[in-house]
Amino acid sequence: MEVSVIVNGTGRSADVEPRTLLVHYLRDDLGLTGTNIGCDTSSCGACTVLVDGRSAKSCTLLAAQVDGAEVTTIEGLATADGLHPMQQAFHECHALQCGYCTPGMVMAAVSLVDEYDDLDAAGVRVGLEGNLCRCTGYQNIVRAVLAASE
Amino acid sequence: MTDTISPFVGGIVGTPRLRKEDPALLTGESRFIDDLQLPGALWIALVRSPYAHARIGAIDASAALAVDGVVAVYTGADLEGDWAGPLPCAWPVTDDMKNPAHLPLAVGKANFAGDGVAVVVATSRYAAADGVEGVVVDYEPLEAVVDVRDAASDRLVIHEDCGTNVAYDWELTPDPDGVAAAFENAVHHVTETYVHQRLIPAPMETRGVAVVPAPHNGDMTLYSSTQIPHVLKVMAALTLGVPEQKLRVVAPSVGGGFGCKLNVYAEELVCMTLANRHGVPVRWTETRTEAATATIQGRAQRQTIELAADADGKLTGVRATLLADMGAYLQLVAPGVPLLGAFLYHGLYDVPVYSFTCRSVFTNLTPTDAYRGAGRPEATYAIERAMDALAVAVGVGQDEIRSRNFIPTEKFPYDSPAGLIFDSGNYQPTLDRAKELMDWDGRRAEQAERRAAGSTMHLGLGISSYVEMCGLAPSRTLAALNYGAGGWESATVRILPTCKVQVVTGATPHGQGHETSWSMIVADQLGVDPDDVEVLHSDTAISPLGMDTYGSRSLSVGGTALWMATEKVIHKARAIAAHMLEANADDLDFAGGTFTVKGSPDKEVPLAAVAFGAFTAHDLPDGMEPNLEAQVTWDPGNFVFPFGTHIAVVEVDEETGAVELIDYAAVDDCGNQINPMIVEGQLHGGIVQGVAQALWEEAIYDADGQLRSANLADYLVPSAAECIDMKLDHTVTPSPTNPMGVKGVGEAGTIASTPAVMNAVVDALRPMGITDVRMPASPMTVRRAIEAAGGSS
Repeated sequence: MEVSVIVNGTGRSADVEPRTLLVHYLRDDLGLTGTNIGCDTSSCGACTVLVDGRSAKSCTLLAAQVDGAEVTTIEGLATADGLHPMQQAFHECHALQCGYCTPGMVMAAVSLVDEYDDLDAAGVRVGLEGNLCRCTGYQNIVRAVLAASE
Repeated sequence: MTDTISPFVGGIVGTPRLRKEDPALLTGESRFIDDLQLPGALWIALVRSPYAHARIGAIDASAALAVDGVVAVYTGADLEGDWAGPLPCAWPVTDDMKNPAHLPLAVGKANFAGDGVAVVVATSRYAAADGVEGVVVDYEPLEAVVDVRDAASDRLVIHEDCGTNVAYDWELTPDPDGVAAAFENAVHHVTETYVHQRLIPAPMETRGVAVVPAPHNGDMTLYSSTQIPHVLKVMAALTLGVPEQKLRVVAPSVGGGFGCKLNVYAEELVCMTLANRHGVPVRWTETRTEAATATIQGRAQRQTIELAADADGKLTGVRATLLADMGAYLQLVAPGVPLLGAFLYHGLYDVPVYSFTCRSVFTNLTPTDAYRGAGRPEATYAIERAMDALAVAVGVGQDEIRSRNFIPTEKFPYDSPAGLIFDSGNYQPTLDRAKELMDWDGRRAEQAERRAAGSTMHLGLGISSYVEMCGLAPSRTLAALNYGAGGWESATVRILPTCKVQVVTGATPHGQGHETSWSMIVADQLGVDPDDVEVLHSDTAISPLGMDTYGSRSLSVGGTALWMATEKVIHKARAIAAHMLEANADDLDFAGGTFTVKGSPDKEVPLAAVAFGAFTAHDLPDGMEPNLEAQVTWDPGNFVFPFGTHIAVVEVDEETGAVELIDYAAVDDCGNQINPMIVEGQLHGGIVQGVAQALWEEAIYDADGQLRSANLADYLVPSAAECIDMKLDHTVTPSPTNPMGVKGVGEAGTIASTPAVMNAVVDALRPMGITDVRMPASPMTVRRAIEAAGGSS
């Protein structure tokens, strides 16, 4: 079936099997490999993207479900002028090590900051509960998200 | 109180610096294994035994072969002739160690749930997965051995040709009579038994393999999400019988390892042999559920530790006995994991006599191997838990029992009772500072108040002081331990004609930030901008020599090679500069990237001019080779011994059994620091990984050997919501064993935090008569301990 989306501001479409997950559609059909896959139970959040501006785990959606939607992936955050403020905050706060969870973590954080006005550390911790990181112990991730939320 | 001697004067080393790795990782530019685009590649998926122990009968692949996209199905028997040898175990710790043949695909019998028995080859990953569903294997299930004590009894022998489930017995008792006498004369004799549950390493990126063959000229490139491309190249060449010079191994961006990617795995060899057979690229990406059973697990030990002490609680002897679970087969370094702890069961305490024995057994469970800390977390756990028991027996505080026993600073270098030489140490300041960060006395007062008020929310305080041996390792020491390789590391430093710098390292980073730290070291030495230094790694075509990254070795071994290679380049540049300045090389100063003649500061030549002169080679000193490049292979003379003290505070809800970590302080000493920001990051992550063993994580197997926690919904890798901010500080006691005075920090957090948290849990519950709680200290486990102790129900 034909699935069309606006990815990072550009209209894209591909002919896929109906069972194709959004994450595989993005990675395998559109070549956007910045979105990673970390589990098979929607537990880890590595595949988080924005669908119509809200964070979504792209392994929990079929590509067909987002037909016609606007999708933002990690490739869509930085501009010619530089990193997105959330990416910059992750960089400055040393909020990544191996970097595998990072695209999903950054997308979830962008959505979280967008959704809540007065985030505190506890709010960030609860808000990012669905995104796992094995390297950082989260301390610097929380710091980065708070820095970017200001 | 600290000694901060450092060879660095450039102002770069020792200050926080943001990572040059970050932009690619933050934007999705990095290429992990599954991101590689390989036109025409075939995908494989493995048919894995659902039984922990079963004879493999007929395998019917006809339904699989009918699936659209499935190209072929191979059984273990089909591929048996492709292997020159079984999967390698490089650490035969004893001459008579039992090492059952471990074929990439099982033949005849599957020995753990997850053991591969057949492989489906297809044109897409979806088709390969569909094909697996169509392979019908006639299994004859056998009784499984899942408990190490049951295994050790040999009631049921798993590998018939071995005749026993015992892989090996290993002992280190330098002075048996002294140990016997110590326990005979002990005023206090503490005996404790602890269990280290099985852990799933769970890096966020699972494993993956892609093999690109060149059938006509015989080249083969193996891409793998591995920590050890160099070791893997040698092992793959030996196991498959392919010529090593035709093999290139590349580790692309690797999404964490924690030891589980320090291995040679079946899927790497299966992809290689199928790429040979089909003449096209063959690839595989592990699912998370596969990662739970087909990738090695960690820990899995039962320990008994005995302490002998005099009336004041001063240790007079330590005796440790282990029963270690190897799982179904011996993976690459699995037998050596207990040995990496074998020297450290007396911790950082001054003990005259020492004994360690280990028995390692096979079970019908996923093979174990090195997991962050590998042997040293287990050792530290045993001694640190037992020190708390000793404190209770003697009637002194947990802090006081440690202070009485720390190896005195004046005894360094310290000849340990296990036969090591501890390089440097100054332990008491780490305990003092950690107590200060934690407000130890205030917390103790708060605990007493709660107890007096009859609160059911109990406060517990736990200390863990640790020393570890890392910087693996002096090759001669490895030889004495029967390890199958050396412990050196290689580095090349190359100053390009434009005075930009290329560094080639044999270390293989997977999150540790080597590109940043390595460029800081070289930039500091050369007086160039760290951004002008490019660090190349993880590809055997670019970096042909290396021993890779594990055991907190990269900086103290690979970094030392780098430092020495840079010094060697400076030495050559100095000779060229002297020639250019018509001066004696000994009369030149080198600072800030410029050579000047001593006493004539106006006579100078910048490194850039020397680099260009070395490139043009128009006017070099007689006999000098063009270009500025040097390679050094460094074999360390000793391990390095980082240390520190961590304190955890937990709150235990007596009614629900819930344990909450509410405060954490860590004071670590890894010698001179290159990039303090990266050091802190390593500690944060390491601490949480150790806390997770204490409170949340366990690979839970049932009596049939089925893993009940085989995905991230059931296996509790902590999220941000469970974790807290940690208070960190450090002392600096440089190692005298390497020129930079560095130690290592990759595993320290994990080594220290597990016993700190469990000591805190037990401290909270001790008034109820509880002296141990099994890990992980889940609400259920804690409640059972309370009820067993006759507490509230």
